[in-house]
Amino acid sequence: MFTATRIADKKDWISGATGDWEIIIGLEIHAQVASKAKLFSGSSTEFGSEPNSQVSLVDAAMPGMLPVLNEFCVEQAIRTGFGLNAEINLFSRFDRKNYFYPDLPQGYQISQLYHPIVGEGEIEVDVDGADTIKVGIERLHLEQDAGKSIHDLDPNSTYVDLNRCGVALMEIVSKPDMRSSAEAAGYVKKIRSLVRYLETCDGDMEKGNLRADVNISVRKPGGELGTRCEIKNVNSMRFIAQAIEYEARRQIDIIESGGKIDQETRLFNADTGKTRTMRSKEDAHDYRYFPCPDLLPVKLSQEYVNSIKAALPELPDAKRARFVAEYGLSAYDAGVLVSDREKSAYYEAVAKGNDKKLAANWVINEVFGKLNKENIEIENSPVSAKANNSIVKMITDKTISGKIAKQVFEICWNEGGDPVKIVDERGLKQVTDTGAIEAMIDEIIAANPEQAAKVKDKPKTLGWFVGQVMQKSGGKANPQAVNQLLRSKLL
Amino acid sequence: MSVDAENVKKIARLARLDVPEERLEPLAKELNDLLGWIEQLNEVDVGGVEPMTSAVETQIHLRSDEVTDGNIRDKVLANAPKSEEGFFVVPKSVE
Amino acid sequence: MSDLTKLSLSEAVSGLRNKEFSSREITQAHLEAMEQARGLNAYLTETPDKAYEMADASDAKIAKGEGGILEGAPIGIKDLFCVDGVKTCAGSKILGEFTPPYESTVTAKLWKDGAVMLGKLNMDEFAMGSSNENSAYGNVISPWQRAGSNAAIVPGGSSGGSAAAVAADLCLAATGTDTGGSIRQPAAFTGLVGMKPTYGRCSRYGIVAFASSLDQAGPITKTVEDAALMLGSMSGFDEKDSTSLSRDVPDFVSACTKSLKGMRIGIPKEYRMDGMPEEIEKLWQQGTQWLRDAGCEIVDVSLPHTKYALPAYYIVAPAEASSNLARYDGMRYGARIDGDDLNSTYERTRAQGFGEEVRRRIMIGTYVLSAGFYDAYYIRAQKVRAKIAEDFKKAWEKCDALLTPTTPSAAFGIGEVSDDPVQMYLNDVFTVTANLAGLPGISVPAALDSQGLPLGLQVIGKALDEETCFAVGGALERAARFNAKATRWW
Ligand SMILES: [Mg+2]
Ligand SMILES: [Zn+2]
Repeated sequence: MFTATRIADKKDWISGATGDWEIIIGLEIHAQVASKAKLFSGSSTEFGSEPNSQVSLVDAAMPGMLPVLNEFCVEQAIRTGFGLNAEINLFSRFDRKNYFYPDLPQGYQISQLYHPIVGEGEIEVDVDGADTIKVGIERLHLEQDAGKSIHDLDPNSTYVDLNRCGVALMEIVSKPDMRSSAEAAGYVKKIRSLVRYLETCDGDMEKGNLRADVNISVRKPGGELGTRCEIKNVNSMRFIAQAIEYEARRQIDIIESGGKIDQETRLFNADTGKTRTMRSKEDAHDYRYFPCPDLLPVKLSQEYVNSIKAALPELPDAKRARFVAEYGLSAYDAGVLVSDREKSAYYEAVAKGNDKKLAANWVINEVFGKLNKENIEIENSPVSAKANNSIVKMITDKTISGKIAKQVFEICWNEGGDPVKIVDERGLKQVTDTGAIEAMIDEIIAANPEQAAKVKDKPKTLGWFVGQVMQKSGGKANPQAVNQLLRSKLL
Repeated sequence: MSVDAENVKKIARLARLDVPEERLEPLAKELNDLLGWIEQLNEVDVGGVEPMTSAVETQIHLRSDEVTDGNIRDKVLANAPKSEEGFFVVPKSVE
Repeated sequence: MSDLTKLSLSEAVSGLRNKEFSSREITQAHLEAMEQARGLNAYLTETPDKAYEMADASDAKIAKGEGGILEGAPIGIKDLFCVDGVKTCAGSKILGEFTPPYESTVTAKLWKDGAVMLGKLNMDEFAMGSSNENSAYGNVISPWQRAGSNAAIVPGGSSGGSAAAVAADLCLAATGTDTGGSIRQPAAFTGLVGMKPTYGRCSRYGIVAFASSLDQAGPITKTVEDAALMLGSMSGFDEKDSTSLSRDVPDFVSACTKSLKGMRIGIPKEYRMDGMPEEIEKLWQQGTQWLRDAGCEIVDVSLPHTKYALPAYYIVAPAEASSNLARYDGMRYGARIDGDDLNSTYERTRAQGFGEEVRRRIMIGTYVLSAGFYDAYYIRAQKVRAKIAEDFKKAWEKCDALLTPTTPSAAFGIGEVSDDPVQMYLNDVFTVTANLAGLPGISVPAALDSQGLPLGLQVIGKALDEETCFAVGGALERAARFNAKATRWW
C-alpha cells in the first residue's frame, strides 16, 4: 500500500556489517480531542478524577446502551484536517474494531477504518532547525479511547477504571516518510504545534493526551521496504527518538545475522530504552471491522465544511511566511517564533508598534534564552509580553541602551514592575547630552595622559577609553556620542 | 469455503467461547451446513450495488459538547461481579 | 367483575376512564390469572408490588380526571427491555441477576402514558429463535393446542412469552421486539395482532441489542386498534438512539378504520413458496378477496430477491450479534465463571453463560466478519439487502401495501423442528424481508387451520407508512371476524 521513494540523507544512514541501512518511519499519533464530554456519551473528560466517577452507562457498555456522536469532536477533526492540508471527506462513518480486553467494555472500539473523516494531506516539517522535509498524511480518523487497567494494586487481580473510556481521540496516520529519529521528532513537534494552534487538542504528552505509535522498518538505502514493527504508545519526544534508535539497530542486527523480522507490536521500556514484544503470534488479532450499526453515516455539507475553514486561526506555516514577507525576519527566526501558538502570540504582542526585527531578536535571545535556561514555559514567564513591548520600545527610541535593557529585563524578572517606571525611578535613562559626556571624557583624559598620547599611533586603544566612559556613566552614556567625542579629541 | 476443526477452534478463540475438543468436528459440520445454505447469495449479481446503510434516508443527529452524564459510580458498579475501592476487579491481565 | 382479563386494551382503557372498574381491580385480575398460568412459563419475573403501586397511582389520577392514553392498563414487558430496578436477563443465564439502574425509552413512554407493569416476559435467549425453545429459563407453552390433542405447542418466538401471555389473557397487551419476525410470527401462531414498525420509529435505547440494524420494538395485542394504541405510545424520536427517526407520530388509532377505497394492494408472486401448505395459500386468496371487497385494487408485483432474504439475514444478524454480545464477558455485570486466567475466564463465562443457539450465531457471525471473509459474506449480504430494499421500492410504484401470509405454516409442537437450524429459520421467510428493508409490517389473525391452530396474514407497508398497515389490518380484522380463543387447559 505504501511506497517510500525518498532516500535518507547519508548522515542518517546506519552502518552495519553488510553495509549501510536507512530507517523508514511512519507515525500514528493519538491526539485527545479537547472536548468537555466524551465522543459518544455525556460524561466528562476531565483528568485525574476518582475511579469510575466519569463513567456513564453508555461508557460501561450496559445492555441496551447506545452511542450518540459529539458534534464538537466532529468539528475538531475537520479543523485538524485543514491544519494537515488534508482532504475533508463529506461522507464518513464509524466502524467497530472487535477485541476482548477488560478496559474495553463494549468488546469493540468504535473507530473509522473504511471511511475516515479526513483523507490524505501533507505537512512541512522542520528537522533540527536546519532542513525542511515534507511528510504525507494518510488519514485522520475519530475513535474512542479505552479505559485504564491497573495491575499493581493486587497480586492476583487487575483493577479497571473506565474514566478515560470513550474519550475522543483523533488518530493521525502519517505516510512512511520519515528517515531518522530527528525527522520523527520534528514531525511530532509539528503535529503538536498544529493541534495547539487549532486548540483541538492540548498536546499534553505527560498526561497522555498526545501519544504516538511508531512504525519502523529498515532497508538498504533506496532498496526494498522491510517488514515493520509497531511500537505502541510512546509518550515523549525523547522516548520516540530512543525507541527508533534502539529498534532500528535491533532490526539491522537480526537481518544481518540471517534472521527475519516478524511483523509485530512492541512496547518501549523507558527505563531500559529497549523495546520488547507485546503480543505473541499465536494470539494473532483479527479485529473483524464492520460498520457500527448503531450510528448512521456522517454526511457533511460543503457549506458546513467551508464555514469551519473560514473560521480557522492563522496556522504556523502561514504565520511564518507572513513574518518573513511582512516583517523581514529570517526564515529561521520566523520558524522559532511560530513553533508554538503561545510563543508566536507572545512575540506578536512584543512586536506590536515596535521594530519587528528588533523585537524578534529581543524575544528569541533575551526572553526565550532566559526561559530556556530557567526551564520555564512561556505561559509562566515572569515578564509579560506587555513589559517586553515597553522595553523594546525604549531601546528603539534610545531611552535606554541594549545593555541597560538587559538590566531592566533582569529587574522585571526578579522583582516585577513596569519597565518604564523602573528606568525612570532608577535613573537608567541613556545620557545623550554631549556636554555631560564631554565633561566625563575630559576628566578621564586628564587622569590618563600617557594613554591618551598613545591613541594616535595605536587607534585600537580608543576602545579602552570608551569602556572607561561607559563605566563612569553607569552604562547610561550613549555609545555613539561617546565614540564621536573621543575620536575628535584623541585622533 | 469450508470450515474445519482448526477453523472452529480459531473462531471460538476470537469469540472467547470455550469449545471442548470433541465438539470441534460436530461444530464444523454444523457451520458448514449453514454456510452452504448461505452461499446461495453467490447467485445474486451485486455489481454496482452499494451496501445498505440505513432503511430510511435520514441524517445522523449529533450531541452538543456538554457534560450531562457521569458521577453515577454506584450505578456503574452495582451489578459488578467484583469491585473494590471504586474499581472493577477482574482476573490479572498483563500484556 | 370476573372477566376483566378478557377485555381488549382499548375496552379496558375506556372502562377505566369511565370508572367502571379500577386499575387495582383489573391489575389484580391479571396477577391472579398469571398465578394460575405459571405452567405456560410466559412470565420470567412477576412484579406484583410494582403493579399495585402503579395501579394505585393510576387510580388516583383517574379519580382526578387525569391520566394518559393507557392509564391504569396492565401490560407485560418482554425481558429484552430494561426496566429500572427489575431483573432483566434477555432470556439468558449470562446476565445473572442483572438489574438495570435505568429504563428503556419504550417502557418509559408506556409508563408515562399510564400503563401498569405486570412483569417480564419469557423469550428466546437474546431474541434468537422462532419457537421460544431457546430460553435459558425453559420453553414457553402456547395456550393453543391442536384439536383433540394435548401436545404442547410452541407460541413462536422470539417474543413467545409476550404472545402466550396476551393469548392466555395474562396481560392486556405486551411489548415485543422483531429482528426477523419475532413479533409477527408469534402473534400469528397465537391468534393475535403483532406490529413491527418502520426501523427507527421506536427507540432502541435500553433494549438489549440482538442485531442493531434490524431490531425494532412493537406491540403484541388482541386487536388492531390495541396495536395502534400501544405503538402510538411506544414510538417517537429519541435523542439517545442515533438511528431513531425524528418524525412526528401519526394518529395510528384513527388509521385503523380508514377507508381502503382505491388503495392498491400488491401480491408478491415470490411469496408463493414450494411446499407451502394449501391452507396458507387458501387463506392468502381469502385475504385478497376481503381486501378486494373493501374496495382495494389488487395488483401482482414481483420481489425477485425474496429467496435471498433469509440467507442475507443469517449473515447480517449473526455478524452484528457477535459484536453486540461481546459485552457479556462477566467483567462488569452478569455471571462470571472463573478460569485460570483472564482468557479462560472469558471463555468459560461465555461458553456456559450463552445457550447453544446463541453460541452458534456468535460463531457464524465471528466467522463471516473474520479476515478474508468480510467482503464475501458481510458486504455481499448488505448488497443483497440493498437489492431487497430496491425490490420494495419498485413494488411501491405499483401498489400502496403488500399482502402476504405471515408464516409458511401454523405453530408446531415443541421439539418438532428444533434439531434443524435451517428448517427453524424458514419460519421467518415471509417476515424477514420487512426487517432487511426496514419496513413496517403487521400480522393479523385470519383463520384457524384444520387442526384448530391460528394463521395470520401480513401487511407490509412503505417506510413510515404504518397508517396504511393499520388501515389494511383493520379491514382484514373486520372481514375475518377472528374471535377464536385458546380453550383454557392450564
Ligand atoms: Mg495504531
Ligand atoms: Zn487508534
